[in-house]
Amino acid sequence: MAKDHHAYWKKNLRYLVVLLSIWLIVSYGFGIVFAERLNALRIAGFKLGFWFAQQGSIYLFVALIFIYVRLMNKLDKEFEVDEL
Amino acid sequence: MSVQLWTLILVGVSFAWYIGIALWTRAASTKEFYIAGGGVPPVLNGMATAADWMSAASFISMAGIISFSGYDGSVYLMGWTGGYVLLALLLAPYLRKFGQFTVPDFIGERYYSQQARIVAVICALFVSFTYIAGQMRGVGIVFSRFLEVDISLGVVIGMAIVFFYAVLGGMKGITYTQVAQYVVLIFAFMVPAIFISIQMTDMPLPQLGMGASLADGTYLLDRLDGLNQELGFAPYTNGSKPIVDMVCITAALMIGTAGLPHVIVRFFTVPRVRDARSSAGWALVFIAILYTTAPAVAAFVRTNLIETVSEKNYTEMPSWFSKWEAAGLITFTDKNQDGRIQYVKAPERNELSIDRDIMVLANPEIARLPAWVVALVAAGGLAAALSTAAGLLLVISSAISHDLLKKAIRPNISERGELRAARIAAGVSVIFAGLLGIYPPGFVAEVVAFAFGLAAASFFPAIFLGIFDKRTNKEGAVAGMVVGLAFTVVMILLMKTDKLFGLEAPFIKNVAGISAEGIGTIGMLINFLVTILISRFTAPPPAEVQEMVEEIRIPRGAGNAIDK
Repeated sequence: MAKDHHAYWKKNLRYLVVLLSIWLIVSYGFGIVFAERLNALRIAGFKLGFWFAQQGSIYLFVALIFIYVRLMNKLDKEFEVDEL
Repeated sequence: MSVQLWTLILVGVSFAWYIGIALWTRAASTKEFYIAGGGVPPVLNGMATAADWMSAASFISMAGIISFSGYDGSVYLMGWTGGYVLLALLLAPYLRKFGQFTVPDFIGERYYSQQARIVAVICALFVSFTYIAGQMRGVGIVFSRFLEVDISLGVVIGMAIVFFYAVLGGMKGITYTQVAQYVVLIFAFMVPAIFISIQMTDMPLPQLGMGASLADGTYLLDRLDGLNQELGFAPYTNGSKPIVDMVCITAALMIGTAGLPHVIVRFFTVPRVRDARSSAGWALVFIAILYTTAPAVAAFVRTNLIETVSEKNYTEMPSWFSKWEAAGLITFTDKNQDGRIQYVKAPERNELSIDRDIMVLANPEIARLPAWVVALVAAGGLAAALSTAAGLLLVISSAISHDLLKKAIRPNISERGELRAARIAAGVSVIFAGLLGIYPPGFVAEVVAFAFGLAAASFFPAIFLGIFDKRTNKEGAVAGMVVGLAFTVVMILLMKTDKLFGLEAPFIKNVAGISAEGIGTIGMLINFLVTILISRFTAPPPAEVQEMVEEIRIPRGAGNAIDK
């Protein structure tokens, strides 16, 4: 039988809090609230705040999902709750 | 060859392909009809989800909206992609483990109540129908503009195609045709974008071309900011919406995405819990290809447009100008009688009005691309509209045959009877949706945009708390859904009295700077608050429901859950 579902769930919640904080800071923070200030910096023709709002945040969303997939596949194995 | 002949060929070939797939993937059981047998590989499911998700609005309208609103249009880019993070992290794996057919299934079982199930069915039907009417309309518009048939005939052709593969194949047929439709739509979107990016910036990737410099060495976006300002518009890369409104609209779209039944149900179709997680990732990869290209297209086409028309002689306009003028989507009135086109912000001097929907459709013509590229865009627009319409139809038919008929009215119905009912429901809904497309109520376009706010304010908290808070009970969830939905509907009505009922001005303009598009976020917060408070003051859910919640948090055993 599985080791400890409670510990598994707690660890999952910790991953969620960290990843969703990044999600929140980059999209709402860099893309909206601080966009005006970040616009002072540039990469090539992009003002940075504008780039986060129209490009960067989307790339980050993709990365976040695949990071979570990896973390959870590992965690599932560790706690022996992976699908056989 | 002419554009029209090319369009006929490309649309004909793509339709024949969809029908071939439909014949090859017929559904034989309710499990195949509702969730494609639960055996779709995650990458293919991601592709189908992307086609399901990206509607005529994403394909045709979004780049146009961004083109005219610049930075403010970012709410759609972030809002319609960020929801997939919530889906993959918070909902999809657990709903897959729960392992039944529909979203009302989950709400009904988790909150041990028929009442909750019925509320969920009503929300699902309402959201799906408003959405589908817009899709059928999109089909009609593409047909009428490119093949010059009547809009109604266009809708009927679209209905016939969707009827054929949705009714025959159910989710199985829909999934595999959506994969084909994704290929068509992404090809159709990318080819002109790459052409134009090379033309303007020498950069084949539009995502990079947008930040590159033009032939004369100035950066494209700087040039565009300058052009906008010369004509009196706000600089392209600066916002004009209040920050609080930007945040609320983005949140309503993100959370609404995660709460839309036709998106959620796609994650019931993969074999395992881990596949549900990665499938959401793949869906977003396929969506991101279009969503990172669209803002580039928006910037290219606006620059092109201004440089083509501004202060130029009306008589020297290229042929696309008169073509769209004839369709009533471009209008020019020479107010100062100088024979030249003044396109400026100030309404008393502006002489040109342009429908934003034509930006993507006319884009290849504005950039003088070959006829086959122009035709390709028509085939892509149809693929986008048809794939979304089919996905919505499935939610409608399963809500009727499964959630209402099997789970509420006649629990003893046989498998064959339920399958027949599902087919009949799908058939009737196609016809109903087609009628909505031919005779659209004036406010369809408005309502579609609010479907997200409604989904965010009703479904999302109930599903999220159902998984993450064992203490949430039936009383809390039902009250939360009803209050969240009612608040959002009432506020939208109050803020849109002018558009919906033809009054002169809306009753209220906004709430502390938040517009009708963003009010769903407040509705969602109220829903959360009500659900949590009421749950704490009423009896906890029965022990077996709490056990079920424990159970769906653990991936192992998902394969069996589906056969319940």
